[in-house]
Amino acid sequence: MESKLVNNLSDAIRAAGLKDGMTVSFHHHLRNGDFILNLVMDEIANLGIRDLTVNASSLFDIHIPLMDHIRNGVVSKLLTDYVSGGIGRYISNGILSTPVEFRSHGTRATDIACGRTPIDVAFIAAPATDCRGNCTGKLGRAACGSMGYAIPDAMYAKKVIVLTDELMPYPLADWAISENFVDYVVKVDEIGDPKGILSGTTRITRDPVGLVMADMAAKVIQASGLLKDGFSFQTGAGGATLAAAASLKKIMLEKQIAGSFALGGITGYLVEMLRSGCFRQLMDVQCFDLDAVKSIREDPRHREIAAAHYAGPGTRGAVVDSLDVVILGATEVDTEFNVNVHTDSSGCLMGGSGGHTDAAAGAKLTMIIAPLVRARLPIVTDRVGCISTPGSSIDVLVTQRGIAVNPARADLAHALRAAGLPVVDIQELKQKAESITGVPQPVAKGDKVVAHVLGRDSGIQDTVMCLPQE
Amino acid sequence: MPDILQRATAGTMESSDAYVEIEPNENGLEIQLDSVVLQQFGKDIEQSVRAVLLQYDIHNARLNLVDRGALDCVIRARVETAIRRGKGEQS
Repeated sequence: MESKLVNNLSDAIRAAGLKDGMTVSFHHHLRNGDFILNLVMDEIANLGIRDLTVNASSLFDIHIPLMDHIRNGVVSKLLTDYVSGGIGRYISNGILSTPVEFRSHGTRATDIACGRTPIDVAFIAAPATDCRGNCTGKLGRAACGSMGYAIPDAMYAKKVIVLTDELMPYPLADWAISENFVDYVVKVDEIGDPKGILSGTTRITRDPVGLVMADMAAKVIQASGLLKDGFSFQTGAGGATLAAAASLKKIMLEKQIAGSFALGGITGYLVEMLRSGCFRQLMDVQCFDLDAVKSIREDPRHREIAAAHYAGPGTRGAVVDSLDVVILGATEVDTEFNVNVHTDSSGCLMGGSGGHTDAAAGAKLTMIIAPLVRARLPIVTDRVGCISTPGSSIDVLVTQRGIAVNPARADLAHALRAAGLPVVDIQELKQKAESITGVPQPVAKGDKVVAHVLGRDSGIQDTVMCLPQE
Repeated sequence: MPDILQRATAGTMESSDAYVEIEPNENGLEIQLDSVVLQQFGKDIEQSVRAVLLQYDIHNARLNLVDRGALDCVIRARVETAIRRGKGEQS
């Protein structure tokens, strides 16, 4: 058996033939604990390679050293699905001369698969691999669970380099990515910091406003008629959406409803729902906490799922298209139901769609849950600062002061009213909020485009301007 | 007698609250505002701070307000509390 182990990263990059102007890719399962992106980009800079496009499924504050590689010309373009606040501030201040391209997780996968965004060299951070490149996130000291977002990179990049800190005997049988996609394997000291990989944030909110919204969200799902045997569900890891899952679980157990699957980023809370019989299956593109990692390793009902299978538009089968209900968050919602999850109230990038747009497009009932007012800012505006997910994908906005239903869903509004839920016009929610906060003055924008947000058809859905420069 | 007798504070740095510091000053009002919603509500906030100062007849003071997205009623209450503490009122 021939090992694919290369002496060091530098040899692997040279062997892969990386040259000026090419595209490299990274996945984000190690999140804010990821050491690989910085390690690789430093080595690429040392080799004198310049003008690269970086296609990273998400970027976190730990990746701020990447900003230096942008300044010194090693990197000239970014494609990503999500940026943390620290990275977002650099982009919003115009560090790049070319606008960043934001996609949803599904659109990223589709565009890689169809060749719209080809990758020359993919760098796969693998918590465990064998010497031929069969690798997994389920094992190793930096175990992250699912490696779903890395799978399109591995399948379609011209060259694939797996980096690990844990070499296992061949064959590593429970692979996420198999050896027939991998060119080189490199052993490094540490691929990441386990403390930054898994968050401890998957706690249910104790905020009374959050609990009221969660209760209302569960009642909306119940009233929608979708909550019956075979029910499928996706939710985020935010405190209020988790509380909604808790309320939902109570109803499902009481009424003995056996759901089919929960999808997306998986938390310990969804694992608990699987174990208590609320679902038959978990479809996991990313684990959010230790319980989820343990579960995907040990429980065959908890399946790893590739990004394209999760959410890729135009593929032969994306699971989001079989979703009944998704609960999502928002920084702003406008009176056309468009949702912003990219920018904050002053127009600074601090997020991204991730799977928001995909799940919203696929689910039969897409629910946004958000407090009416957040730090004096009304949740409902005339026009969101950035359209991350179009209003045509959003069915209902749940706040603690009332529920607004998209006018296109008169059937849903009727069902919710019949169940005695407080359905109000979205304009009324906006007025209620402004009666508490006052009417906010518009924020100033700069005159340079710093990001294009692409829709699920890969066309430009919205544009983000730089912050005003003093 | 000076308008403000002693340095006093009110409020917290929690989200949706405001933190106010007030100090004696000899030559007029010096107001410093910092807010997470300065662009959206800066003018409203300054107006409310000045209104409360006027209501208590404060013409000489140094006031520093750090707003973390507090509603108007909260800002007014925090400023009022700081003034009353600055005047020596026991809470």
